[in-house]
Amino acid sequence: MTIPNSIAITPELVASHGLKPDEYQRILDLIGREPTFTELGIFSAMWNEHCSYKSSKKWLRTLPTKGRRVIQGPGENAGVVDIDDGDCVVFKMESHNHPSYIEPYQGAATGVGGILRDVFTMGARPVAAMNALRFGAPDHPKTKHLVSGVVAGVGGYGNSFGVPTVGGEVEFDPRYNGNILVNAFAAGLARTDAIFYSKAEGVGLPVVYLGAKTGRDGVGGATMASAEFDESIEEKRPTVQVGDPFTEKCLLEACLELMGTGAVIAIQDMGAAGLTCSAVEMGAKGDLGIELDLDKVPVREDRMSAYEMMLSESQERMLMVLKPEKEKEAEAIFHKWGLDFAIVGKTTDDLRFRILHQGEEVANLPIKELGDEAPEYDRPWIQSNGRAPLPASQVAVPADYNDALFKLVGSPNQSSRRWVWEQYDTLIQGNSLQRPGGDAGVVRVDNHPTKALAFSSDVTPRYVEADPFEGGKQAVAECWRNICATGAEPLAATDNLNFGNPEKPEIMGQLVGAIKGIGEACKALDFPIVSGNVSLYNETNGIAILPTPTIAGVGLLPDWQKMAKIGSAREGDRLIMIGTDGSHLGSSIYLRDILDTIDGPPPEVDLAAERRNGEFVRSMIRNGQVTACHDISSGGLALALAEMAMASGKGMKISLKEQRGPAHALLFGEDQARYVIAVSADLANFVQASAESAGVPFRLLGTVTGENLTVDELLDVAVTDLVNANESWFPQFMA
Amino acid sequence: MKSAVVQLPGLNRDRDMIAALTKISGRAPITVWQTETEIPDVDLIVIPGGFSYGDYLRCGAIAARMPVMQAIKEKADRGVKVLGVCNGFQILVEAGMLPGALMRNSSLKFVCKEVKLEVVNAETDFTRAYEKGQVIRCPVAHHDGNYFVDSKLLSSLEDNGQVVFRYAEGTNPNGSLSDIAGVMNRSGNVLGMMPHPENLIEAAHGGSDGRGIFASALDVVAATA
Repeated sequence: MTIPNSIAITPELVASHGLKPDEYQRILDLIGREPTFTELGIFSAMWNEHCSYKSSKKWLRTLPTKGRRVIQGPGENAGVVDIDDGDCVVFKMESHNHPSYIEPYQGAATGVGGILRDVFTMGARPVAAMNALRFGAPDHPKTKHLVSGVVAGVGGYGNSFGVPTVGGEVEFDPRYNGNILVNAFAAGLARTDAIFYSKAEGVGLPVVYLGAKTGRDGVGGATMASAEFDESIEEKRPTVQVGDPFTEKCLLEACLELMGTGAVIAIQDMGAAGLTCSAVEMGAKGDLGIELDLDKVPVREDRMSAYEMMLSESQERMLMVLKPEKEKEAEAIFHKWGLDFAIVGKTTDDLRFRILHQGEEVANLPIKELGDEAPEYDRPWIQSNGRAPLPASQVAVPADYNDALFKLVGSPNQSSRRWVWEQYDTLIQGNSLQRPGGDAGVVRVDNHPTKALAFSSDVTPRYVEADPFEGGKQAVAECWRNICATGAEPLAATDNLNFGNPEKPEIMGQLVGAIKGIGEACKALDFPIVSGNVSLYNETNGIAILPTPTIAGVGLLPDWQKMAKIGSAREGDRLIMIGTDGSHLGSSIYLRDILDTIDGPPPEVDLAAERRNGEFVRSMIRNGQVTACHDISSGGLALALAEMAMASGKGMKISLKEQRGPAHALLFGEDQARYVIAVSADLANFVQASAESAGVPFRLLGTVTGENLTVDELLDVAVTDLVNANESWFPQFMA
Repeated sequence: MKSAVVQLPGLNRDRDMIAALTKISGRAPITVWQTETEIPDVDLIVIPGGFSYGDYLRCGAIAARMPVMQAIKEKADRGVKVLGVCNGFQILVEAGMLPGALMRNSSLKFVCKEVKLEVVNAETDFTRAYEKGQVIRCPVAHHDGNYFVDSKLLSSLEDNGQVVFRYAEGTNPNGSLSDIAGVMNRSGNVLGMMPHPENLIEAAHGGSDGRGIFASALDVVAATA
């Protein structure tokens, strides 16, 4: 059946396109007539939250996006950052939350596919991927099915495409029961003089369609992703696209080959809202009109309507403006890779977006206004009431420290994620220097003798819930810290802001608070945001997710031979804590997982201390004085030491006698800006003296020795038992 | 010694393989595209890993029927060494150049981890750099590496020394029959293996146990990087 273009535009039809009555009025005012059915679809695609950022734009503008190394900030397919020698790293993180809940395998797979495409659209070969995944409670009936589908989908796409997955997060919380989060990150390498953008230039030039054919999958996907969920969710499955990593791999090779010929003037991948978004983007950025003839679009199915073709989110497709004299060469490259190549339109000088289908003009809209005149809201927001302070003296001590530590290392959220990352190809390309399980993933830069890049993705949603501003700061600080812990210099970050319904002032307050916190931390740490994505309406039946602003950062190691790892401590090494004694138990996992309660504010992030301590640790690593390093975050010093011991398989003899405060706060406090470093015994005095003169707080903790982790008379556990507890939760859960 | 790497759409460890061969032999291999019907004179042809044609059909089934495979067969018949790694192994099996079949992993999941390999036969063109019974480290990364042959064929493979590598020390990652990780043809010039020696050849990889396979096949000294 063909959907005609002359369907009557009723208020119900407008509403079902996710457009509010005042937004529809804005359309009428803009074009001075009633839109056609196809035009309504185009507006819906361009003006939904996912594509227009209409609720968040005002606040996103406050983020720092510039820096000495930033070549391209937000607004393109991905951010671009200089890494010296004419090389640059191109990266972005993007959510695929809604589709992954509806259809976990394909939702996650196409999330990975979409972010990879964003990276190679800019001329970069993808070299690393990460995934930040958040699921509902382990005992929720859907959780296992979602974990198994999402992990298989991430692996299925990334492994086949051929990019190593080097890091990420997997967390469980009942607040994600009805809305899981799948945030996919990808980074690629390019030359700074060969970056490709979406801005079209030149009138009358061919607009070329490349890649896979257009089908009916994903029609209206971006609009679906901009709405809340309810029981009818199962009916939305047709809005999820189906991924084909083989075609994507061919598309990557064909695009990079074509870019090498100098034929490409502008390029834009077809992601959310497919042909509509990509064509409008290319035209509007270049101050040009675009005319498309849909009869030329390669299609998978017969009798597709203009509406369907314009809104299809079929994957693995690209739109380009090519130099006409290179057309034949370009076509040959695409045919070599078995991909479609079709001239589907041209650039014009009239600033109109004109769609022709079967001899009829089905849409004729002002191209600039489609993007620029999208509604923008200053939504009302209220600051959440902060929680009252919670001194450690008011927090119960554990009945048994050994039991408490075992419980933490074997808990759903702190146990080993090996079950997950062994399903991802972490080695492909042969450059993985640090794989998942450490502080950050590290990948060597091809064709350079010493350079490497470090990647980490972080956020602590329970902190953001308790205090959006401090939580936003902490997400940035932890990402920055994890990168420093390898010895890399953090360069820039991408943000993936996952929140509930922004029309609720308290949710909007979380978004505003978190963005302010992220902005403050990014400024203080010289860690600009160069790309990102906002995912709102993560609510089911009115219950919102924990506010989850995921931060993924990139760091540069000038010489990977001088890099620190979590598990490389040697027998006899001294362990030194950098930072202050643990004291803060508010919003900690000790409280949540051991005492089974949620209380207190999150730890404050002293950004000056964060920077000073991080720079000190990095300088020690780069001087070759650190044999192993790990940051202290959730679970405090106790968990940090346990993780280092498990990774190295070596015991530790620790004393806290120098430290001040109650033992449970020293061990489980989640105070920020802290690290544990291992140094060889003969360097311990020198490192402590260096810390002293740098004004960095430190404590000598003890020695790497034996087979047990012991802390004074408080704690004495065999490292092998810790490993067993840590490794067994996930496989048992998924069995 | 000259080598060639076969490139088919969907293969994705071709770049890893080219890098390994270049680093070990000091010269870049020739690359051979799917449609080529003649392969230049080389001593070693490598079919690397990946997901040829997406592996949406049985792994390697489409690749095995491409024109380039006929050319590889002819070379192999004339004694040229052929190494298939991962998808390359699956393709050689599908092309009938190696016995047996590679089924889905017993876990039904993709697995990427380091395993131990026992060099069962060290008197081959691919394993001369090792000792018989030596246990080496090697990573795997595959979804369909569960090797199977019937019992009659299994005994003949074992009798003829065609089982070249076995997973050792309980590290069989895929349920392979008799822990088989790599087999060769009767004449000993075609080897298929699921593990990825090309990803363990230098300090940056955390070891160089995989080097010996290329060093043997290319007749160069298996120095560590």
